[in-house]
Amino acid sequence: MIIIDNLQKSFGRNEVLKGINLNIRDGVITAILGPNGSGKTTLIKSILGMVIPGDGSIEMNGKGIHNNWKYRNQIGYLPQIARFPENLKVKELIRMIKDIRRTEGKEDPLAEMFDLKQAMDKPLRHLSGGTRQKVNILLAFMFESPNYILDEPTAGLDPLSLIRFKELLIAEKKNGKAILLTTHIVSLVEELADDVIFLLEGNIFFSGSVEELKSKYGGLKLEHSIANILSGQHV
Amino acid sequence: MRTFYPASMFKILKYSLFDLTRSRWTYGYFLFYLIFTFGLLYFSNDVSKAIISMMNIILILNPLIATLFGALYFYGSKEFAELLLALPLKRSSIFMGKYLGLSLSLSLSYLLGTGIPFLFYEIQATGQAWNFLLLTVAGLFLTFIFTGLSFLVSIRFENTIKGFGISIFIWLFFAIIYDGIFLLTLLIFEQYPLDKYALIMTLFNPIDLSRVLIMLKLDISALMGYTGAVFNKFLGTGLGMIVAFGSLVIWIVVPVFVFIRFAKKKDF
Ligand SMILES: Nc1ncnc2c1ncn2[C@@H]1O[C@H](COP(=O)(O)OP(=O)(O)O)[C@@H](O)[C@H]1O
Ligand SMILES: [Mg+2]
Repeated sequence: MIIIDNLQKSFGRNEVLKGINLNIRDGVITAILGPNGSGKTTLIKSILGMVIPGDGSIEMNGKGIHNNWKYRNQIGYLPQIARFPENLKVKELIRMIKDIRRTEGKEDPLAEMFDLKQAMDKPLRHLSGGTRQKVNILLAFMFESPNYILDEPTAGLDPLSLIRFKELLIAEKKNGKAILLTTHIVSLVEELADDVIFLLEGNIFFSGSVEELKSKYGGLKLEHSIANILSGQHV
Repeated sequence: MRTFYPASMFKILKYSLFDLTRSRWTYGYFLFYLIFTFGLLYFSNDVSKAIISMMNIILILNPLIATLFGALYFYGSKEFAELLLALPLKRSSIFMGKYLGLSLSLSLSYLLGTGIPFLFYEIQATGQAWNFLLLTVAGLFLTFIFTGLSFLVSIRFENTIKGFGISIFIWLFFAIIYDGIFLLTLLIFEQYPLDKYALIMTLFNPIDLSRVLIMLKLDISALMGYTGAVFNKFLGTGLGMIVAFGSLVIWIVVPVFVFIRFAKKKDF
């Protein structure tokens, strides 16, 4: 459960988030939509404490995150751009993160699930884009966490991995986890998202279910509703 | 939440050191000092002269290497930092760990590179052991100080070229420009009593401070120079060394403190 209250963030004169109010519920998949540069990643990084908000507050499982760091062990995070120490082997990276977090991880079933066994002994700089993304998924789900925050998790995944990824999300949702993700893939949202948030120019333009979004902005298909919003036909 | 959690800092320190032991720069720096120091001791028949020559190299080279490697390592390990920032770690632990990792790794290369040759030539039997030890301490101070300064610059500037440029300028400033300005003002205001001014000016340059620290101990008046003589005159050897020592500690603490403050406020 994450409660975001009046979150504001500017980079210099660029007002990226202009007062976001948002509840991310347990046992629910929340999808954040919005055009490039609308502040999706900035919102996510604010929850992680990587971006320091200008104003507002964020609460995770009942506790404010300001000046706090321990709460991050309640988050499995998948960054939009996976930045790894490139010389490490995948298994060395996994071992290092387990050592730092001082917890055992469930990397073996995940490696099995995403066919990563062979990649384990390779240095990260030798991995293809899709394999990097699978490693990224493994790292996000390796530790049991009440919250999963995923920034464009499906970029570069092959169809089989995509199916496995969806199964994983549904399983974690059934386990009562709060799942927050951003994506540009409309079908993923239609299939999985319970709550949809549409960010536009620093504000929440829409918040509700997929069905509500469709009926409010026209279009039998979700992509048409989104296209309607983006081309300004809603006014 | 102001308490310090050394356990996680040591983890970061461990992985930073581990990372640096894979870098050929670490070995290059070590080998340079090893060969240079052996060469110097082989060709000079007087250990005290060798120490003076060593000093002149260390005062320039240790700050330069710490400056260059500081920027190189800071920008080069950005990915590692971003990975760590998403984990349950304090920002101060992450960045202190990195700072100590690089400072210690550079110190180790320098210590072994100069220490092995001097031990091989049995410095302990020459009566120069304390002078060598003080020289070593001054070199360690400069390593920690200039690593801190270049980390401070690097966290402020996203642009690598800018970061490198400003870091190198800081080195150039303290190694060369500062003394030039200092000498010039001494010449211009020749007729005034400038001793106190000289004393204070020295406190603001860590390289000069290190030189004074060594010179006070060596006590060779011909080499002490103006600032060394001023320190000697006003404070005497003992107090002069304590003041120089204390100022050098401040030169480590303040930049690192400001660096950590910037690190806590930065958006990644
Ligand atoms: N660290 C930063 N410094 C300055 N500007 C930033 C930074 N991070 C993001 N921005 C700006 O904030 C805006 C939103 O970016 P982002 O949150 O990445 O959008 P999205 O993820 O929705 O594509 C963009 O205009 C981007 O240039
Ligand atoms: Mg983004």
